[in-house]
Amino acid sequence: MTRRPGIAETAALTAAGFAFFFAVWWGVAASGWLPRAVLPTPSDVATTFMALIRDPFAGYTFQQHLAASIGRYLMGFALAAAIGVPLGLLMGWFRILDDVVSPLFEAVRFIAPLAWVPFAALWFGTGIGGPIMIIFSGAFPPCVVSAYRGAKLVDQRLIEAAQTHGAGSLRVIAEVLVPGSLPSIISGLRVSAGLGWQSLVGAELIVVSAGVGYLMVQGQSNLATAIVMCGMIGIGAVGFAIDVALRFVERRIKAQWSPA
Amino acid sequence: MAWRLSRRAAIGTATIGASLLAWWLLTAVTGIVGPQRFPSPAETWAALAQLWDPGYAGGRLPQQVYHSLRLVLLSFLAASAIGVPLGMAMGLSRRFEAFINPTFLLLRPIPPLAWIPLAIVWFGLGDGGKIFTICLAAFVPATINAYVGVRNIDPIFLAAARVHGASSAQLVRDVILPGALPLIFTGLRLSLQASWTTLVAAELVGAFFGLGRVLNVAYQDIFPGMILVGMVLVSLAGAATTMALAMVERRAIPWRAPL
Repeated sequence: MTRRPGIAETAALTAAGFAFFFAVWWGVAASGWLPRAVLPTPSDVATTFMALIRDPFAGYTFQQHLAASIGRYLMGFALAAAIGVPLGLLMGWFRILDDVVSPLFEAVRFIAPLAWVPFAALWFGTGIGGPIMIIFSGAFPPCVVSAYRGAKLVDQRLIEAAQTHGAGSLRVIAEVLVPGSLPSIISGLRVSAGLGWQSLVGAELIVVSAGVGYLMVQGQSNLATAIVMCGMIGIGAVGFAIDVALRFVERRIKAQWSPA
Repeated sequence: MAWRLSRRAAIGTATIGASLLAWWLLTAVTGIVGPQRFPSPAETWAALAQLWDPGYAGGRLPQQVYHSLRLVLLSFLAASAIGVPLGMAMGLSRRFEAFINPTFLLLRPIPPLAWIPLAIVWFGLGDGGKIFTICLAAFVPATINAYVGVRNIDPIFLAAARVHGASSAQLVRDVILPGALPLIFTGLRLSLQASWTTLVAAELVGAFFGLGRVLNVAYQDIFPGMILVGMVLVSLAGAATTMALAMVERRAIPWRAPL
């Protein structure tokens, strides 16, 4: 392993890395080797982005598409967390539930979330219900697994101590099991948030009529690469923001809980 | 312990059995769940028979499976062949890491599925665009885990090998690669999973053949039996490749206890 470079050198190399990325993109796009419609330059994308914010495309402005996506996403993710986390905790607590649910869970685990698209559309339509179900199917498994693992990892002595002092099942769950598994749950929610966002994008590419994914599909069928790239940037930025926010929560909770 | 295991297995079998029974009762016997919503066992079987002969959505069952499997394997292998060495190089050289990281920071938050429309503009609906998208999806976990795997090697091992006169090549081959292998395989498992997810999405958005195409045509035909068959086939293919990778892993890392 090489010597550790100094801060100045690292910063310089990082700046060079950013410059390299944009230089390659700009160079290839501006060289005329590929048509502009196929590979726009970064400034073309920026111009298109400003236009999308001002003027509606595919029925709505960029912000409206983004808001539609985020709304759907929040509903699907909230549903997955609200069902998945309690289910995982209860599976970790009641052995019989674990034995009953685990085989079913194993059986459907290998189904890729996007493979639910046809049924989701048949059952709940393509407006709001179908996409929510697809986000749910992407975000649900990590919620269950992390809550289950968290519950299993709670120190048995704490549970026994609570029981010795006369706490019933309900109190043990509320006051020992939930706080004890919170760090694991938060890590799971972060994974689940990422998978849910990814599933949303997939769902919007296939079955909806508003949202960033839809904007991209429309851009694609008009061969407007710049619009597609604007959609990618929007999706990436929101996904990044979600991850940063949950990372922050995760750090706060882990810092609070670790002394115990 | 033996009692626990057999109890678990018994309850598991009973659960699966009860679910199948409930499926049959709800769809075929009582009709509470209509044929437009979910297929009965008989309809599913008929769909499978139809896919086997004469075929559906442009091909028969083995052709559709082969087409999807080939795309996944090709892309997965290409992505690992580039991603793992790149990740290791980032782990080995902090300078290289500092230089490459910005590109990663910019591209990584974009979910692989978001590349699908761009891939269609660039490569059309054929295999090229799918290989491009799946490669991108598989590339990120392979690279990151190889990087973390190298970075997490205990520096004492490196110092010990150095003190005993190991050359750089020996260091990489005998210390760094074996030390990073467990995490490299973790990354490959995630890559493989991402490959299948992306394949399904890419074929659903637009394709001429493959299991995702079967799902898409079945959806447009409102043919629930075929939708279910397609889902099961995709899952089985995903599970089979995951198991194959686990076998390779056991051969490559014999010193690690199986998880």
